[in-house]
Amino acid sequence: MVMKFAKNLARATVLVALLTPLAALASADGAKLQKAPVKLNDLVSLQRGAQVFVNYCLNCHSASYMRYNRLRDLGLSDDQIRDNLIFTGVKVGELMQVAMDRKDAKEWFGVPPPDLTVTARSRSSEAGSGAEWMYTYLRAFYRDPERPTGWNNLVFDNVAMPHALWQWSGQQRLAVQEFNSHDAAAAALLQARSVARVDEISGKDKDGKKVTRWVLKTIQPGSAGTLTPLEYDKRVADLVNYMAYMAEPARLEREQIGIFVLLLLGILFVFAYLLKKEYWKDVH
Amino acid sequence: MAAAEKPPVTITGAGPLSGVLSGLLTWIDQRFPLVSSWKEHLAEYYAPKNFNFWYYFGSLALLVLVMQLVTGIFLTMFYKPDAAQAFASVEYIMRDVWGGWVIRYMHSTGGSMFFLAVYLHMFRGLLYGSYRKPRELVWIIGMLIFLCLMAEAFFGYLLPWGQMSYWGAQVIVNLFDAIPVIGPTLALWIRGDYVVSDATLNRFFAFHVIAIPLVLLGLVAAHILALHEVGSNNPDGIEIKDKKDAAGRPLDGIPFHPYYTVKDTLGAVVFLIVFAIGVFFVPELGGYFLEYNNFIPADPLRTPAHIAPLWYFTPYYSILRATTETFMWALSAGVIGMVALIVLSVGNNLVRLATVAAGAALLVAFYVLEPKVWGVVLMGAAVMIFIPLPWLDLSPVKSIRYKGPLFKIALAVFVIAFVVLGYLGTQPVTDTSTLISQVCTALYFMFFLLMPWYSTLDKCKPEPERVTW
Repeated sequence: MVMKFAKNLARATVLVALLTPLAALASADGAKLQKAPVKLNDLVSLQRGAQVFVNYCLNCHSASYMRYNRLRDLGLSDDQIRDNLIFTGVKVGELMQVAMDRKDAKEWFGVPPPDLTVTARSRSSEAGSGAEWMYTYLRAFYRDPERPTGWNNLVFDNVAMPHALWQWSGQQRLAVQEFNSHDAAAAALLQARSVARVDEISGKDKDGKKVTRWVLKTIQPGSAGTLTPLEYDKRVADLVNYMAYMAEPARLEREQIGIFVLLLLGILFVFAYLLKKEYWKDVH
Repeated sequence: MAAAEKPPVTITGAGPLSGVLSGLLTWIDQRFPLVSSWKEHLAEYYAPKNFNFWYYFGSLALLVLVMQLVTGIFLTMFYKPDAAQAFASVEYIMRDVWGGWVIRYMHSTGGSMFFLAVYLHMFRGLLYGSYRKPRELVWIIGMLIFLCLMAEAFFGYLLPWGQMSYWGAQVIVNLFDAIPVIGPTLALWIRGDYVVSDATLNRFFAFHVIAIPLVLLGLVAAHILALHEVGSNNPDGIEIKDKKDAAGRPLDGIPFHPYYTVKDTLGAVVFLIVFAIGVFFVPELGGYFLEYNNFIPADPLRTPAHIAPLWYFTPYYSILRATTETFMWALSAGVIGMVALIVLSVGNNLVRLATVAAGAALLVAFYVLEPKVWGVVLMGAAVMIFIPLPWLDLSPVKSIRYKGPLFKIALAVFVIAFVVLGYLGTQPVTDTSTLISQVCTALYFMFFLLMPWYSTLDKCKPEPERVTW
């Protein structure tokens, strides 16, 4: 009787444990994120990224927790920062504020452009890091005449932001391919060479029967930009690299100090272990 | 006069300083119970010699408490408890304050580590029956510490003023709304506003930095005093005070200092290695230590699609979410089952009558109040149900080493249910996950509520005379 109860309990436990992964499957959605080539010790890339950031992003977005003179981390002097990266005449110790009025911004875009200081952290999810999200997002814009800005995005559906870097990338377009089964669409997604996503659409056929189709959406080159696709990807990579740095400027230092701390604790461990062993040798 | 009655303290081994030190200590000791306290709590506090891995977590929890207090003091020097400035002040600490990032990461990682240490410390209690007579008060005070810790973490989590801070607080405070009659007024009183706002942030700051820490420190002192009154349990669950030598010292006891001070130092170093890996290499730990959404400033007009508390609250959050309308049927069946079990097991007619009456009242209440209220009640009960544990466990032995298969299975099922509930609490709700959390919620409560029966039925092994390794 008791053993049977115990067996049933054990069975229920196994059942619960087996069912758990099902719950995990139910979440993921959206475009597959692509690996961002973030290299926080590549100062040249970070400098180029900072240049793109202050020229193209900082007009509408702020980075209001970041000070200009923190860019000394990237090997720049205060004079270089002042002469090349500050266009608003503020002092080098000031924060990266934006001149655009939030009220105006809301009227123009529908939502005020968010502050970008920590976006590389806030955009992280189970699907990938925030850097991966931004790297994919900035390469996922396509022309969409139905949107007020004329732009849409595969990663961020109906995004309010127009494609700020379009002169570099050119005007990409969306390609849509329909599949009858989810597996076929998923296989095509694996093979897609650009940013891609699978959406499920359901409707009714002419007999009124419910049908489900899967569409693979991919980004295709449209009119050419001033950069080749490879050059564009590299420039976006620099920008994302910079934004990853900006989200946590102390990160490299943190990891370097961390190694010393671990070494020190390792040495302390040896002494703590020997001390314990010495005292405990007479305990039986 | 007391000053003249105490014998002088003599210190040797300090060379020419011995005389000076002895004089100083004598002067202090004749005015303060220095030597007697040292002896009572360290040098002559006899702890069982067979403590194992699980016995590190008490001292580690104390270590984390001290680290949280010290880092917290430095954070308050730069943090601004103001809805308009709070988020920016945290980023200011992370960027512009020298060493600010390490202090902040120590505090945020420390929060998770505190719960990790306390959960493992509590699990040790379950393993070896540390809650049993005569340690009931040690256990109850410990549970009060756990409650304070939860309150401390909850209040502190609002302070960074990110989206999760904001909406987490909103969700939890809104739970009070569910209490009949006084609920809405109570929720309003807690918030100080109709939504979580600057007023809420200010009072949560006050609770987090002074009110709760004061209570916490007092309770920790009481926890240790109560422990030292009755003495520590050990992995064998037998009393070392039963076997003493001629001088009245427990045969299986060793002085806490130096034996356990050096052993706990070793434990602390190993713990600090784990802690440093967290602080310096994975301060976010994939969203488990710092949630990604919390890097977006609080926005009262934008509710996040998925609101989840940090990992240490998720088992209880799952229990809250599991309490749906359908679950009320399972709950009713559970109450009927419990009433039947009690009526069949006790001989006293008065107790039987009271049980039936209480059961009937509960069943009526289940259908008078909405399931949301019962979700809150169950969540609270899930935390509080640890308190009566000393009286639910009727096993003749304390330690799992000598308990029978029933207790071992029950504990294993409980741990699995706790972990599964914790995992599901981090995930968005689906039909399947709700069903699993309902099963796990039932298992969680069954561990406690059925304990009087399975701990009696269990086939236990005899306890040894003396402690074993």
